[in-house]
Amino acid sequence: MIERTAHSARLRVPFNFNSSTFDYLRLIHFSLVAGSLDVMKLRFVLAPALVVGLVVSVIGVTVNNPVDRTPAPANIPQAETLQVVVDTVEAHLAESWKKAGLAPVEEAEPLEVLRRLSLALHGTIPSLEEIRVFERELAHPESGSKTDLLTRWTERMLRDPRFADYFGERLARSLVGTEGGQFIVYRRDRFVSWLSEQLAGNRRWDEIVREVISQQGLWTGEPAVNFITASVDGGTIDQNKLTGKTVRAFLGQRIDCAQCHDHPFDRWKQTDFEGLAAFYGQANLTLVGIEDKPNLEFEIEDRDSLEKRQVAPAVPFHPEWVPKEGTRRSQLAHWITHPENRRFERAMANRVWALLFGVPFKTGIGVDDLTDPPKVPDLLDLLGADFREHDYDLRRLIHVIAASRPFRISSRSDAETEQELELLQDNWCVFPVVRLRPEQLIGAMLQASSAKTIDQNSHLFARAIRFFREQDFVRDYGDLGADELEEHAATVTQALLRMNGRLTREILEPSPLNSTSRIAMLSYDDRECIENCYLICLTRRPEAEELDYFHAQMADVESKFRSRVVVDLCWSLFNSMEFSWNH
Amino acid sequence: MESLKHRAMSSATGPSRRDFLCAAAGLGLSFLLPGLDLRAALRRGEERRKSLIVLWLAGGPSQLETWDPHPETKIGGPTRAIDTTVPGLRIASLYPRMAEQIQHLNVIRSLTSKEGDHERGTYLLKTGYRPDPTTVHPSLGAIVAQQLPDERLEIPPHISLGEGPWPARGGYLGDEYDAFRIHDPGREVRNMRMPVEPRRQAERLKSLDVVSRSFLNGRQVAVEKSLHRQTIDDALAMMSSEQLKAFEIDGEPGQLRAAYGETRFGRGCLVARRLVEAGVRAVEVSLDGFDTHAANFSGHQTQAEILDPAFAALIQDLEERDLLESTVVLCLGEFGRTPRINRLDGRDHWPSGFSCVVGGGGMRRGVVLGQTDPEGRSKAPADPIPVENLFATVLEVLDVDFHQELITPIGRPMAISTGSPIDRLLAREDLRIGSVHRGSVG
Repeated sequence: MIERTAHSARLRVPFNFNSSTFDYLRLIHFSLVAGSLDVMKLRFVLAPALVVGLVVSVIGVTVNNPVDRTPAPANIPQAETLQVVVDTVEAHLAESWKKAGLAPVEEAEPLEVLRRLSLALHGTIPSLEEIRVFERELAHPESGSKTDLLTRWTERMLRDPRFADYFGERLARSLVGTEGGQFIVYRRDRFVSWLSEQLAGNRRWDEIVREVISQQGLWTGEPAVNFITASVDGGTIDQNKLTGKTVRAFLGQRIDCAQCHDHPFDRWKQTDFEGLAAFYGQANLTLVGIEDKPNLEFEIEDRDSLEKRQVAPAVPFHPEWVPKEGTRRSQLAHWITHPENRRFERAMANRVWALLFGVPFKTGIGVDDLTDPPKVPDLLDLLGADFREHDYDLRRLIHVIAASRPFRISSRSDAETEQELELLQDNWCVFPVVRLRPEQLIGAMLQASSAKTIDQNSHLFARAIRFFREQDFVRDYGDLGADELEEHAATVTQALLRMNGRLTREILEPSPLNSTSRIAMLSYDDRECIENCYLICLTRRPEAEELDYFHAQMADVESKFRSRVVVDLCWSLFNSMEFSWNH
Repeated sequence: MESLKHRAMSSATGPSRRDFLCAAAGLGLSFLLPGLDLRAALRRGEERRKSLIVLWLAGGPSQLETWDPHPETKIGGPTRAIDTTVPGLRIASLYPRMAEQIQHLNVIRSLTSKEGDHERGTYLLKTGYRPDPTTVHPSLGAIVAQQLPDERLEIPPHISLGEGPWPARGGYLGDEYDAFRIHDPGREVRNMRMPVEPRRQAERLKSLDVVSRSFLNGRQVAVEKSLHRQTIDDALAMMSSEQLKAFEIDGEPGQLRAAYGETRFGRGCLVARRLVEAGVRAVEVSLDGFDTHAANFSGHQTQAEILDPAFAALIQDLEERDLLESTVVLCLGEFGRTPRINRLDGRDHWPSGFSCVVGGGGMRRGVVLGQTDPEGRSKAPADPIPVENLFATVLEVLDVDFHQELITPIGRPMAISTGSPIDRLLAREDLRIGSVHRGSVG
């Protein structure tokens, strides 16, 4: 278990550290992992990082003009066909709204949508720097571009390396979960960075899936095989665990119950499960990694008689999709990703929808609990078909969903009861209000501590603080694990962490590095100061009542204490529901 | 309650909590937590509202190296057995101190389950249900916290102490019933100090109200459902609560602390007793490291050196303070370990026929149920007891109507437990006539 903790502490490297700074951080980090993670030590090792960060930052502040970023790209790949499918989605939804006698709420403010996009694709809120650029472009639409600004910003965010890093981690959860597994044969970090690289290169999703199911080799050299070795238990591959996971991750359905008995209310039979598991029966763990042994037969111990019996690989439907050639795993991979397999594309459409909204398209059930595809194609089929027709291009799928009406409407409604709200939400007439994931919250808090965008070009300080604090924060805030896309309420632990936690203190403390003092120093007047606080923390401007309230507060203090008022205001903003929830 | 809170607020500017505690300790009043609801803390015996302490042995403890040894057999390994205070009951010699306390508790040697995976087994042994893809069941502690609310409590009603995978969760009851986690019990509880002085804090909270107002507009239902504001209020109440002292053990006599053991788990057990005393409904103390696929015997010896003193001190302490009759203590893990010893001198996962220790809360004492095959030939134990029945027993003893169906968020009715109480552990007649059953039934 110690091994597992140490391993999981190394899971997420938030940015691409390619330079020697990463080696430095890693050196510190390993020394931390090796020893016990005590506070004094952390402080001790953080000190040099802080000094370096301070120097870099001071130079950065004086040399760089903060608002100098490339504008949003004008060209979106296949923009015309994109608009066509967005229109089809719109028509489909309009039809279902009409049938249900419902209407979507009004459009959200562009900045609200920008915040959603940033949280979904980068796991953080937009920086003040990004907000300024966005607003400038909003005020001065670039001539010649027919695509709307939010879609261009979606494209811009997809091209940012932060997308591949963040989305890679989120997708990895559906493939290998959050647990560290058996460290000797399983390297989750390798798998996540490999997946991120695939996303950065915009590789076809079906290709990625085929590779993770059928790859051979060592978990270090061929990171995709960690999908298999994540299910190693006690030195052997657990085919049952692997089968359940495969069906959940790639077909969006639960077959796990059928491991022991026929599914009570679904079509899956125990023989279906065993037949699928047999495709993994020849996968073998050896010193040179995962191999396929052609002569190995899959055996199952009967639960009652305890006798062993051989099981041949079999698929529960459409056996003609299984190719004659290849290893059993490769055959399974081709069956799953067969272009006629609706489950495969529907599953991904539902999952990407869930990652963008925080709620799966099919509300009320888990993201991997889809029922069998309906006779009449629904919206998931529509999204899935476009996904398939465009080379299983994940970015395209994200574009379509992010441009759809549900993503662009407000989270405010006139619902007065839970039932009324549920009805609106189940029909996607209102944007759901969803608690941020711990990684999103820490990302948002760190971003709010800086006016500049925090990315791989950021100060060592900002990167170090994230590197060191994220694990603890995520653990304390409650890592929700595999059921992360289910509905969750706030907890006292989280309130305490936000109000009194070290991270809040560290990033609010006035210092030359933090936004609080920079806002206080650099804002033209009190009103601008308050406005900047709101933009940095909540991605919106204060309402008149709010502005008046805080303006009055500021008027009472000498200017040298302004930073104190700013710190207090930011504390209040950090602790608002608006900050720690997506809306 | 008002005066309580007032006192707590003013103490923030006056003597610190630590000063207060030192003073209390100096006067020999370590037990008398200042400001605690004295009636609740002092109430003893049957008058007390009942609580639950789960000692969670993560990884799957070997029944053969704990409560069900089979020395001198093919499967027994080098483990020896010793007599205990219950006539006829012999347990592993690694537990000499528990051998002197076990008459207060009962031993079940025939728990059966079909979950041989850590995660699935943990789920079953923490919730009483097998994993179900359509819902997440609440853990036993969450059920107890939800079913037996106590409005005087300012600290969380469900607390998990120590490190272990998959801590107890609220499941479909909601995240608010997740165990409040203390990773290093006996040390200062983290994030409890407000970062600024009270007046400034009050200003910040007032500002928070201003900020919250505009968000509320058009989102009332979602905001109420989120519990965001309520958790902040609960957190504030907790931060200023005198009940927080229940987390501190500095004031406990050195001898007692030594008896529990200077380990994370030992400190956790001592804190658990203090929490129960303060009125906390459910406490889980975790000890990880029982997954002995290799070197089972030395591994279990290491574990026993931590578990034996802590468990025995806890039982003795609860009994001496007359808290055991109002506190159910349950010691178990996700499954047992194979009778067969593998090539690495280890034992693998074994969900069919494993042990747990349970007692207190008015249960009978000194009962031993079930029997495993000393030769390891028969997989099924004699007198098999499904995990569900253990849960029903504990809930029955805690006066929770476990037959009742709760509605999950997707509108599905779900019984709290599907098991039937184990009559042989209940002391119904004794409770009815108001006396306390103390004789050992061997």
